[in-house]
Amino acid sequence: MNFGRVLQDATPLLLEGLKLTILVSLISIAIGMVIGLLMCLMKMSKNKVLSAIAGVYIWIIRGTPMLVQAFIVFFGFPQLIQLMIPTFRLDAFTAGIVTLSLNAGAYLAEIFRGGIMAVPKGQSEAARSLGLSQGKTMWKVVLPQAIKISIPSLVNQFIITIKDTSILSVIGLAELVNKAKTYVGKSYEFFATYIFVAIYYLVIISLLMVLSNYIEKKLKYEGKKRHRDEQ
Amino acid sequence: MSSKESKKEKVVVRNLHKYFDHNEVLTGIDVVIHEGEVVCVIGPSGSGKSTFLRCLNKLEDATSGDITIDGYDITDKKVDINKVRENIGMVFQQFNLFPNMSVVRNIMMAPVTLKKMTKAEAYEKAIGLLKRVGLEEKSEAYPGELSGGQQQRVAIARALAMNPDIMLFDEPTSALDPEMVGEVLDVMKELAAEGMTMVVVTHEMGFAREVADRVLFMADGIIMEEGTPEELFGNPQNERTQDFLRKVL
Repeated sequence: MNFGRVLQDATPLLLEGLKLTILVSLISIAIGMVIGLLMCLMKMSKNKVLSAIAGVYIWIIRGTPMLVQAFIVFFGFPQLIQLMIPTFRLDAFTAGIVTLSLNAGAYLAEIFRGGIMAVPKGQSEAARSLGLSQGKTMWKVVLPQAIKISIPSLVNQFIITIKDTSILSVIGLAELVNKAKTYVGKSYEFFATYIFVAIYYLVIISLLMVLSNYIEKKLKYEGKKRHRDEQ
Repeated sequence: MSSKESKKEKVVVRNLHKYFDHNEVLTGIDVVIHEGEVVCVIGPSGSGKSTFLRCLNKLEDATSGDITIDGYDITDKKVDINKVRENIGMVFQQFNLFPNMSVVRNIMMAPVTLKKMTKAEAYEKAIGLLKRVGLEEKSEAYPGELSGGQQQRVAIARALAMNPDIMLFDEPTSALDPEMVGEVLDVMKELAAEGMTMVVVTHEMGFAREVADRVLFMADGIIMEEGTPEELFGNPQNERTQDFLRKVL
């Protein structure tokens, strides 16, 4: 249990893994937000087909473990596609991002939906009665308020997504946990190595929480004085 | 009244029926409102006053019947309701200001978003309207920082920013503390004096009596009685009207 040695030997390796963890998280959160917003609007749409598609998507993702989703994306789909395109390959990085984005997207869709439903009906009625179309009303009036309401839940989902990257170690994505496993395999320093891994996660997630608190404070309506040039 | 009748018909409602599920809320409304006319709608709660008003800008869909605004039949699906709404201002009981925008941005939002004005023009317009409702110094405040009466005056300014030629008021003073009712009614009186066509659902009988050209008494989803304030308040014919006025006056 030599913390000093682990710190010295494993740090470059773990930092490399951490970089990939952060990169995969950021990309997946960004794609997941787009998927989530789209699925949320589809699910709330009056069009029954769109609404059903979004409903089935959310149902499947929420109803299955991410580990199984990762196996299906990484091992399953390539096998299926290879029936048509024999040379098809999917690397762990792409498969990881696809899995994580699809997963986050389903949960984010429900978070956005909750936020939109929490905006009082009078807000969209006021916008519609001024002559705004349904789309402009959503974009200009409802969504900004819905997103503000959703911030705590959004941050919670971002935290889950960051931590879920560790599941992707099983498909060989060389992220933080995967790198740690490699190091432990050689050094047998289980305790020290995984303590360091835990600390890395704690640090990034703490930073995210600080950032979200800052944003939440910034978005308080009352008492906020803004100059008109800034709008 | 005779001069009013020669004026343009702004709102024509023919045999309007409205159901919520199986519940018939409006059971055949017929009314014509002329340019510059101020019409107050009174009646007991549940009589369909607000539903009637909300049908006029299609916040509620009519189940059957015709509603023509400025010559556009808004029950016709081919008519672009957004265009028609640009000319109909609406003021709500709960103000419905956008809490995430400053007062001036609340007013500027629609004209800028709908490309009716540039930002600079909309800003000038907004400041002008705020002066008119006596809230110029609140232009950078947020709705949450204002009293109910101030919020409602901003809401009126916001509706006026689109230069509507019809204004709908849905119980504009019902959510206000008593001491703030006057400031909102004063703004509405000015608007009426300037010749705005107004339909006002209200419980303020004093306002109806003083400002209205015509008062509609609604009960059970129809217009039971209508007339000038003098006729309706002074000599109501219908038993339901008499009963209602006895209770509220």
